[in-house]
Amino acid sequence: MATKARILVYGYGNPGRQDDGLGIEMVKMVNSWIEKHELNCMTSEDNYQLNVEDAETISKMEYVVFVDATKEDIHEFKLEKVDPSAKKVEFTMHAVSPAYVLNLCKDLFGKCPETYILGIKGYEWDFKEGLSDNAKLNLEQAYQFLTRKLANWSDIRDNLPITMLKEWT
Amino acid sequence: MSKKITIEPVTRVEGHGKVTIKLNDAGEVTDSRLHIVEFRGFERFVQGRPYWEAPVLVQRLCGICPVSHHLAAAKALDVIVGAGTGDGLTAVGDKMRRLMHYGQFFQSHVLHFFHLSSPDFLFGFDGDPVTRNIIGVIQENRDLAIQGVMMRKYGQEVIKHTAGKKVHGTGAIPGGINKNLSIAERDILLNGADPLNADKMVEWSIGALEFFKGYHKANVKTVDGFANFPSNHLSLVREDGAFDIYNGVLRAVDTNGNRILNDVDCQDYDKYIEEEVRNWSYMKFPYLKSLGKEKGWYRVGPLARLNVCDFIPTPLAQKEFEEFKAYTHGKPNGMSLHYHWARLIEVLHSAEMIRDLLNDPDLQNDDLVVKGEKLYKGVGVIEAPRGTLFHHYEINKDDQITLANLIVSTTNNNQPMNTAVNLTAKSFMNGQKEITEGMMNAVEVAIRAYDPCLSCATHAMGQMPLEMTLINEKDEIIDRKNK
Repeated sequence: MATKARILVYGYGNPGRQDDGLGIEMVKMVNSWIEKHELNCMTSEDNYQLNVEDAETISKMEYVVFVDATKEDIHEFKLEKVDPSAKKVEFTMHAVSPAYVLNLCKDLFGKCPETYILGIKGYEWDFKEGLSDNAKLNLEQAYQFLTRKLANWSDIRDNLPITMLKEWT
Repeated sequence: MSKKITIEPVTRVEGHGKVTIKLNDAGEVTDSRLHIVEFRGFERFVQGRPYWEAPVLVQRLCGICPVSHHLAAAKALDVIVGAGTGDGLTAVGDKMRRLMHYGQFFQSHVLHFFHLSSPDFLFGFDGDPVTRNIIGVIQENRDLAIQGVMMRKYGQEVIKHTAGKKVHGTGAIPGGINKNLSIAERDILLNGADPLNADKMVEWSIGALEFFKGYHKANVKTVDGFANFPSNHLSLVREDGAFDIYNGVLRAVDTNGNRILNDVDCQDYDKYIEEEVRNWSYMKFPYLKSLGKEKGWYRVGPLARLNVCDFIPTPLAQKEFEEFKAYTHGKPNGMSLHYHWARLIEVLHSAEMIRDLLNDPDLQNDDLVVKGEKLYKGVGVIEAPRGTLFHHYEINKDDQITLANLIVSTTNNNQPMNTAVNLTAKSFMNGQKEITEGMMNAVEVAIRAYDPCLSCATHAMGQMPLEMTLINEKDEIIDRKNK
């Protein structure tokens, strides 16, 4: 019987705007990792940006990691816990923040999965596909960090194959 | 003493909208402007690229309505590959694109109404901003809020199954499509577990319309009088005058309903439409050449579409359309808040069309692409959720794009939005001792009725903060607000 996915990695951004596609690239890498190790407890999503319907998507999960590019003055990447917030970030609400999605999830569906945002530093945002060299380096480091984090979360470990547990312990 | 209000951008995006309202010493609005502050460089960017890349390239414009750009570009390239000007595709090609387009309409309109505009209706324009949002809607009417989320999700699922994927979908290609709809995909969309199925979407669309009509009935003066002004209206219509958002001819009517653009070929759009540049905004001001800059501007979008077409070719939406038209005795409707009424009629029509298309066996055909004699110029025009969208490409013998011109929906509504802002500012702020948050929100309500996509208009990265500034006669800032 297939294990129901309880952990979601959700990358967002526009891969047509260079480093804005960092979240989408991370999802591709995590997908390969999930498939390689048959981690049925995990799944992934990607989109240009977060939207209100994502509240329903995350309501079925226990853990959620949003992955986005950032211009913030940080080193390679940053993982932060997300708390629900009703604060809008956009005038028109065609795109919303992880905290806003989580808040909607709580209020609409009565669920509040443990949620994180993984921001990966980007540098170039022109009308091009493909990440900048520095963004690629940051992505690789963030990927190593994220997969280790996922594997070491105890709830996930219960569903990992023995080989994976050995690999990440 | 003169004053100034600003709404600052709070995200990482470079481009944003600004509203500036100028007051004189008597507190009267003397001038107002909605302006856009990012340079448009996309048309130049695509020059030199192979033409077949355009339907995917243009999705870099905007992460909010990529399907509209994807389809408009594909339609322009249909012409270039010799597949005709909208009626030359195979049945499955035409219907898959339409299904994708109706999915986009459905989800876009639903998001706008339920999550953006309904708080203004439920709590009033000057309601407490703490609760005048979707969280307040949840507390007031939780079922309505959940319906909005699930309808939006359904529309996104339609797009996913027709475009192939959510990000950089490739469903439409020059001359057709790259996939049909499998029986399994059809069954998911047509008969999915409640509530994600076609019948439920039609039912909920009717409910949303009833909600708006109930609000309208209880607030006739506000809804009808808010930013009500005469204008021309432009949209695509089917050749028999039917409402059609995917293909047809261009028609425009004046404030009395007289035709001022009489069902002209979209390939000739540049014979009839010109764009004016003003030095205070990067967003251009389109107008009908025959009427000139002063009198030739027009509205686009849901209100314009219902003002321009003769009928809607699905029964439930047609019934609503008749009621809508009767309200203004068949004359064009100039009431900005009636955009919402028109939008919800389009939601119902989209739900009906999605259901009808899903029951059409042509969607499982395998003849996906047609080609003919290559041409060197192509124009694709569709009705995007926000209004008429023009894509124009020219190529050279090496298949490289040499010219690209895009007139996006929000740009078409530039002058109407400015007019609505001016009327609303005067109506709510003239002679007031204090400019309140509610007054400023009223200006936003006027802009929101047009559902602008500043991201499209400026080609920013899919986000659209707004800055509102209130200034005095000496151009000193009195107040500022950022969203």
